[in-house]
Amino acid sequence: MSSTFSGVDFYNFDSLLSEEERAVRDMVRTWVDENLMPIIGQCYIEGRFPKELIPQMAELGFYGANLPEEYGCAGLNNVAYGLIMQELERGDSGIRSFASVQGALVMYPIHAFGSEEQRTTWLPRLASGEDIGCFGLTEPDFGSNPAGLITTAKETDDGWVLNGTKMWITNGSQATVAIVWAKTGDIDDSSSIRGFIVPTGTPGFTSKDQKGKLSLRASDTSELHLEDVHLPQDALLPDSDGIKSPLMCLTQARYGIAWGGIGAAMACYDEAVSYGLNRIMFDKPIAHTQIQQVRLADMLTEIVKAQFLTLQLGRLKDIGTMTPEQVSLAKRNNVNMACDIAREARRLLGANGILAEYHSMRHMANLESVYTYEGTHDMHSLILGLAITGKQAFR
Amino acid sequence: MKIAVCLKRVPDTTAKIVVGGDGKSIDEAGVKFVPNPFDEYAIEEALALKEKAGAGETVVYSLGGDSSQETIRTALAMGIDRGVLLKTEGSADGLVVARALADAMEGEGFDLILFGKLAVDDNNYQVGPMTAEFLGLPCVTTVAHLSIEDGAVTAEREIEGGVEVSTCRLPAVLTCDKGLNEPRLPKLKGIMAAKKKPLDVKPVELAAGSIEVLGLELPPARSEGKIVGEGPDAVPELINLLRNEAKVL
Repeated sequence: MSSTFSGVDFYNFDSLLSEEERAVRDMVRTWVDENLMPIIGQCYIEGRFPKELIPQMAELGFYGANLPEEYGCAGLNNVAYGLIMQELERGDSGIRSFASVQGALVMYPIHAFGSEEQRTTWLPRLASGEDIGCFGLTEPDFGSNPAGLITTAKETDDGWVLNGTKMWITNGSQATVAIVWAKTGDIDDSSSIRGFIVPTGTPGFTSKDQKGKLSLRASDTSELHLEDVHLPQDALLPDSDGIKSPLMCLTQARYGIAWGGIGAAMACYDEAVSYGLNRIMFDKPIAHTQIQQVRLADMLTEIVKAQFLTLQLGRLKDIGTMTPEQVSLAKRNNVNMACDIAREARRLLGANGILAEYHSMRHMANLESVYTYEGTHDMHSLILGLAITGKQAFR
Repeated sequence: MKIAVCLKRVPDTTAKIVVGGDGKSIDEAGVKFVPNPFDEYAIEEALALKEKAGAGETVVYSLGGDSSQETIRTALAMGIDRGVLLKTEGSADGLVVARALADAMEGEGFDLILFGKLAVDDNNYQVGPMTAEFLGLPCVTTVAHLSIEDGAVTAEREIEGGVEVSTCRLPAVLTCDKGLNEPRLPKLKGIMAAKKKPLDVKPVELAAGSIEVLGLELPPARSEGKIVGEGPDAVPELINLLRNEAKVL
């Protein structure tokens, strides 16, 4: 089991990982090398999510890997889970997004807010890839302000009726089940937000792909329409309680994204080093010039800093003391540095850098979405601003 | 079916190798070690044979230091039932290693003992057949396809310009070549389960070897290629260089 990508380890980072954590990372790295890298460039050009990889990822255990074994999951710690996200995003942000949504935004809320019956019904099916999930929180007019959402859930004699529109939903058109967040009370009352498990075959539920994306092209992004969608009583996630519940899901997903950013950055750095050493200009490799060495030194420095920041975040998550603000800092830092590294790597690659045969520009374009979703970079700045000053600047 | 797989911990084939200060061994600092890739074919074959039979036991043996435990656990993560580490410093002498492996497996009742055809660190091809000899078992090397029926194995070997088909009775020793199968990746659950599977550590004393490594040298750096031109116009210059510079014509 050997991969052609050897990662970045300038500070003996590996010595801080357990044997299992390294084994998990190396396995996913090899899988990405063998199965994703040969096709991802073409998928990106075609604007196609590589569906054919869904069963393999399930078989190996990538979905909800940090959830308990009793529900068909791998029961990994959060560092090992994070390393999976790192390696998947080394391949492509769209693939990591798929796994993030399935695990952190669909399986996590069922595990955290669902009944035991919902857990035993849905989690094994989502872990095995038999069901594909999506997460419906964002609406056309409520992105950074999800508490304002206007999708409604009205209680009836025998269940619920949902109405509303969701937008920017990863996996939306291929999902067999959606976690939909809706207000059960007054439209101004964000404490009435509850989560619902909505099989996408339910009458009144439709989805449509959002076309024309220049980013995350190997990932499905959709609009969801719910028009008088009748659901039984047990579609409600009983322990979901107000806007904090979907925000808890986002904290899980953002944690994975923080690791993912490192993966994308590593991919671009690795490509830049290799290209720089092989590309001859003025009779010597371009990596032999001071200007490219400064680029590479800056990239390496940011990757190393992010690795240790994120490992500590994972250790805090494992002992149960991680805060959402700590996740905001890591997501904000790591995705931002990955954006910078991807752009600099693309520039180092010169004209070749605009081809899909190389990876940096694909990552560069993907990372603009990652910078924007799951709390924009700016919103995370304001969350940190609030944590620092006690003054909320976004309302 | 009771199947043994012999496994060696080797430097990753993509690792950058540096010769150690003694000039006779590699500097292990910063080098990633992996299961010998040819041994992974042996692991996969053992797992596939057991799955096909629906019953049986698979055991992995490795000879080496404590760090080989991690290599054994990779095999356990892939699905092998249990591991045995023959703990010693190791030896460059294949005969000595084969003796220790044979002693450990003697009387264990294996139907099949599988090796990789060679270890990619020393490229010796020796330990499999030597172990078979010590155990008095038939051995087929560099097997690219095999089938087992009625207590006999039929093995195909890729030889120069063709395929040789051999057969022998079980128990037997086989060394596995690329093409035999596609080794599986360990699943996450397998990785988690590996640490709970039995791994016996048995200290062994190796006999003094009769081979001594005098020194290791890296191959000389390859000089850059030269493009002399394109199409038929380049042929005279190419012939000139092959004749007068490379002196191969």
